[in-house]
Amino acid sequence: MAQDNEQTMESMDRGHSMNSDEVGSSAGPPRNRRLFFYPFILTFIIMCGTWVLLSGKFDAFHMSLGVISCALVAYFSSDFLFSSPKPAGLLSKWVRFATYIPWLMVEITKANLHVMKLVLHPRGMDMIDPKIVKFRSKLKSDLALVTFANSITLTPGTITVSVSLDGDFKVHAIDKASGDPLPGEMEQRIAKAFGEE
Amino acid sequence: MDIIVVLLLFAGLFFFTGGALGILRFPDFYSRLHPAGKLDTLGLLLSLTGLALYNLHHFSVGALLTSLKIILIVVFVFLASPTATHAIVDAGIRAGLAPWTKGEERR
Repeated sequence: MAQDNEQTMESMDRGHSMNSDEVGSSAGPPRNRRLFFYPFILTFIIMCGTWVLLSGKFDAFHMSLGVISCALVAYFSSDFLFSSPKPAGLLSKWVRFATYIPWLMVEITKANLHVMKLVLHPRGMDMIDPKIVKFRSKLKSDLALVTFANSITLTPGTITVSVSLDGDFKVHAIDKASGDPLPGEMEQRIAKAFGEE
Repeated sequence: MDIIVVLLLFAGLFFFTGGALGILRFPDFYSRLHPAGKLDTLGLLLSLTGLALYNLHHFSVGALLTSLKIILIVVFVFLASPTATHAIVDAGIRAGLAPWTKGEERR
């Protein structure tokens, strides 16, 4: 599952950069031979795990095909997956991010139950009060901002309308209870997960 | 084991039902996206976890791989669903559709 998380976060970043043109994707750093090594190995391991999972065949032919193609893909694209190749901080960064996921799941469940209550309540339509909340986030890096934006959209009751590069958020909140806690605890946890405190 | 699977499936169905009801009941485009985009995501998580567990009934490597693939579907939906919801809202705002506020007539 740790591998899944790593992929999860990266595709989140890429998907979002493509989709909202306000968050520009950061260009990869120039290739330095020593710094290139760690991202390559990590990408290779993740790729191999995905290959075995998706192919499900363990004979020599399929495994060697997998190793060859994983090495090729890792060689071409390792600087996409790990855009800041500092070998020391890399692993602890993913570990810290992995501890953020369970907390997010709990928040999603709580928020889902809240929206369910609004939907099923007989006077629910009087209780909702949609408005656009604007605030400025103190997060700095693109990846942290994108994770924050996607986490806001994942928790029901709030949808990110737009994010700017300096961290100006516009969020559509369905009622007061959903919109008021922003940015709040989630921002602090993301700041901690990305080491921005 | 079977009891857990049934509970998970029913919980998933509960959230799917809530999502469908929410689309019908909420007053405008933006507020409808809340149940449509997200109650579905949790419903899918619960029901597919149930299916992955059910698939492990007769344990083998093949069954395990199939279950992991089912979990992989959940992961991808968790990425795609908020991104799509955000894209739709963004498109709506850019096209100039003003969000419904309290006291207006429902659209």
